[in-house]
Amino acid sequence: MKIVILGAGQVGSTVAESLVSEANDITVVDVDGARLRNLQDRLDLRTVVGSAAHPSVLVQAGIEDCDLMIAVTQSDETNLVACRLAQQLFNVPTRIARLRATDYLTNERVLGPDCFDVNLAICPEQVLTDYIVKLVEFPEALQVLEFAHGKVSLVAVRAFQGGPLVGHPLKDLRKHIPSVDARIAAIFRGDSPILPEGDTVVQAGDEVFCLAATEDIRQVLRELRRMDKPVSRVMIAGGGNIGLRLARAVERDYSVKIIEFDKRRCEMLSTRLDRALVLQGDVTDEGLLETENVADMDLFVAVTNDDENNIMSCLLAKRMGARRVVALINRRSYVDLLQAGQIDIAISPAQATIGTLLAHVRRGHVTQVHSLRRGVAEALEAVVHGDHDSCRCIGRKIEEIDLPRGAAIGAIVRGDKVIMAHHDTVVQAEDHVIVFVTDKKLLPKVEKLFEVSVGFL
Amino acid sequence: MVRLLPVIEVLSVVIVMFALAMLLPLGVAFLYDDEARHAYGKAVAATFATGAALWIATRGNRAELQPRDGFLLVALVWTVVPAFATLPLLIHFPDLSFTDAYFETVAAVTTTGSTLLSGLDALPPSINFWRCELQWLGGMGIIVLAVAILPLLGVGGSQIMKAETPGPMKDTKLTPRITGTAKGLWLVYGIMTLACMLVYKAVGMTWFDAIVHSFSTLSLGGFSSHDQNFGFFNSPAIEAAAIFFMIIAGLNFGTHFLAFRRLSLAPYRSDPEAGAYLALLALSVLGIAAFLFINHVYPSFGTALRHSAFNVVSIATTTGFSSVNFDQWPIFAPVWMLFLCCFTACSGSTGGGIKMIRAELMVRQARRELMSIIHPRAYLPVKVSGQRVENNIIFAVLAFMLIWGGSVIAVTMLMAASGLDIVTAFSAAIVCITNTGPGLNQIGPATNYAVLNDFQTWVCTVAMLIGRLELFTLFIVVTPAFWRN
Repeated sequence: MKIVILGAGQVGSTVAESLVSEANDITVVDVDGARLRNLQDRLDLRTVVGSAAHPSVLVQAGIEDCDLMIAVTQSDETNLVACRLAQQLFNVPTRIARLRATDYLTNERVLGPDCFDVNLAICPEQVLTDYIVKLVEFPEALQVLEFAHGKVSLVAVRAFQGGPLVGHPLKDLRKHIPSVDARIAAIFRGDSPILPEGDTVVQAGDEVFCLAATEDIRQVLRELRRMDKPVSRVMIAGGGNIGLRLARAVERDYSVKIIEFDKRRCEMLSTRLDRALVLQGDVTDEGLLETENVADMDLFVAVTNDDENNIMSCLLAKRMGARRVVALINRRSYVDLLQAGQIDIAISPAQATIGTLLAHVRRGHVTQVHSLRRGVAEALEAVVHGDHDSCRCIGRKIEEIDLPRGAAIGAIVRGDKVIMAHHDTVVQAEDHVIVFVTDKKLLPKVEKLFEVSVGFL
Repeated sequence: MVRLLPVIEVLSVVIVMFALAMLLPLGVAFLYDDEARHAYGKAVAATFATGAALWIATRGNRAELQPRDGFLLVALVWTVVPAFATLPLLIHFPDLSFTDAYFETVAAVTTTGSTLLSGLDALPPSINFWRCELQWLGGMGIIVLAVAILPLLGVGGSQIMKAETPGPMKDTKLTPRITGTAKGLWLVYGIMTLACMLVYKAVGMTWFDAIVHSFSTLSLGGFSSHDQNFGFFNSPAIEAAAIFFMIIAGLNFGTHFLAFRRLSLAPYRSDPEAGAYLALLALSVLGIAAFLFINHVYPSFGTALRHSAFNVVSIATTTGFSSVNFDQWPIFAPVWMLFLCCFTACSGSTGGGIKMIRAELMVRQARRELMSIIHPRAYLPVKVSGQRVENNIIFAVLAFMLIWGGSVIAVTMLMAASGLDIVTAFSAAIVCITNTGPGLNQIGPATNYAVLNDFQTWVCTVAMLIGRLELFTLFIVVTPAFWRN
């Protein structure tokens, strides 16, 4: 696939990085030559220096025969103009734009064919905010992901000593919650995946991924882990775009404090927020955390721009008694250092946001992709088309489908119904199949399974 | 440097315009063929001649008015116009002193509605019409009217209108041009007065009563053509209509204007004062009704509610109508009503007092101070309708409250020192500065201000003007710094 990426910022470079490994031809456009050189040194791609909204620059980047354009520059307006140009002048089939301002999203005509003609608008800050909001709502989970328009959820929890799950074989799960159909999709022990069988025994420290219908999630969580007391106090360190969005999302239902260093930003925050308390200060200032009672916090979320600050403030908050701390960490090496350490959850913004984009790059009818475990594993949702002869899934029981080892079908959504996959479940046309892939290397094989065979067409 | 001549030129035009306003009662006098007819002829002639002479003397000095000039102009208009308004009264009642006549006309244009005259029912219709017309003109503001119909004030007009319009935040323009705003406000005001007039007629008033009472209702003035005020009609339907229109007039006319233009009720929902205003009125009406019923003032809760609703709304919105002598109610009720009249009316309404928005700002400021003790590092903005209020506005409001409180104390002291009992003195100070009307004890709803001696009358007159122009406009003109270069 030929892909043009506009903007080599954090999102742009992460997207480039994860797409380049999937054998795509990538060109990156940015005004900053130094940034591009850096990218070109690390990855096998082409770069063009120039404004992403100028047609000549786009032509230079090979927009005329590209299949996908991803506009992720800092400016919403540049992204919109680029999408319009790509459609009108160069006939680019798929155009994705990053839009921060919610104003553009309120009127659907703005992104429609008679206006800027954007196929998909993504807002990484919003994706991250949704991610953290889920953690506020489900304090037991490490991560909650949704499939099939929210009908199915995948939750990750860490099993720990004394929990109801630990020390029992998986087949006992059914006995615990007979009314709910849930399925353990995968278990990670240390860094190695274990494909769950009926007699697999969960150990303390395992990261367990469990699929269930969204309405059953609470019950499943209660079974997997003893229920933590619900969150009522949240402290947010950092009042940037994510901090503000997060505070706005949860200030109605939780008591929220938000710490920001910049005084003018504080003024702006206090105007935009109705109930959350805006505090001016350094997120690693022990005195400030002390007077604002960090010990009583159910959740401490560090979302500043600076990895080190996020890590330090989380460590500090944890030591001072915050129940659960979450840090936003960009650098992959830091994430690996910290996960399962003193910081309860380390979120990698790049991994959290890339899923939406990946769905458009994948072959077959992949509608949703969630990157898991720092991009090592992936959960994807694919729609099955065709019939018994043209597709290698339709009309077959799950045990008959030729999935590579390390991939498993977790659930099927048929219309409005959620069906947990068992070995004898039969896949039908137009089913949404949720597949869990523990190793990214297996992805091409999995994708092939859901393609309609070319010979038939 | 204050430039006197351009200010006087504008003033002279306003006086000429005001002479024309006197033609209306002249027409009424001819229609009813009453004995005050000749008084208006002379008054119109005298006013017109003075205005014209002033204009000729100062003509050619036109210049863009500066904010400072605006303060002077407004102060002059509001002191000079009532003086000319006394002419018909002075000519018609040869015994009336200028002091008393000036009090009466100031009470009219400031929409206070306290009167020195008795035997209102027997007065010539044109006199009653004149009193109520003055209230109506003063309600929305003489300068606002001048800006609306005369193109003479130009850009400086907005500064001058600000000096007259009540409320702490006046920077939001409703239309791009100040003339458009002034016209819009007067149009809405006129339409509502007309509606009120028709409703009054429909529920049983005579045409004459409907007209004069609609004037004094929409302006939240309180004058009536009857000594017994609304008690004269003794009709729940009329009282209900009056309550409705008093509540309307106590809301911000800017909000009415937006609602009219968009033909929707949404502007009221986003009005920062409307909610608190209506809630406070509703709670007070019900609370006082219950209080009266429990204290056996009225035999049934229904009657208590009827009288509570009318009189509480009337005093709280600073109108000053009365249907019963509420001075005789157990003391808590009238004192609560006095308390309400201090701040219930919304900014930009025709009512007086501190205004709901300032009260809200003060409450929020107080809460902010408390919170900042608990969270010393917190940013706690004072917000109105989701918008941050700048600190300088808060400080201005604080200064306003201080001067307002000081004025109330000063007037009370002057009245008490000159021999009034403290209840009368205090209530007079409150009702004059808030432009309400009837007070307690000697100046209660059943009596009138004729008990005051000349000194007290002048104190009340000044208090009414101070209150209508919201202190600063008048005080600033008498500070020495104002006249310095």
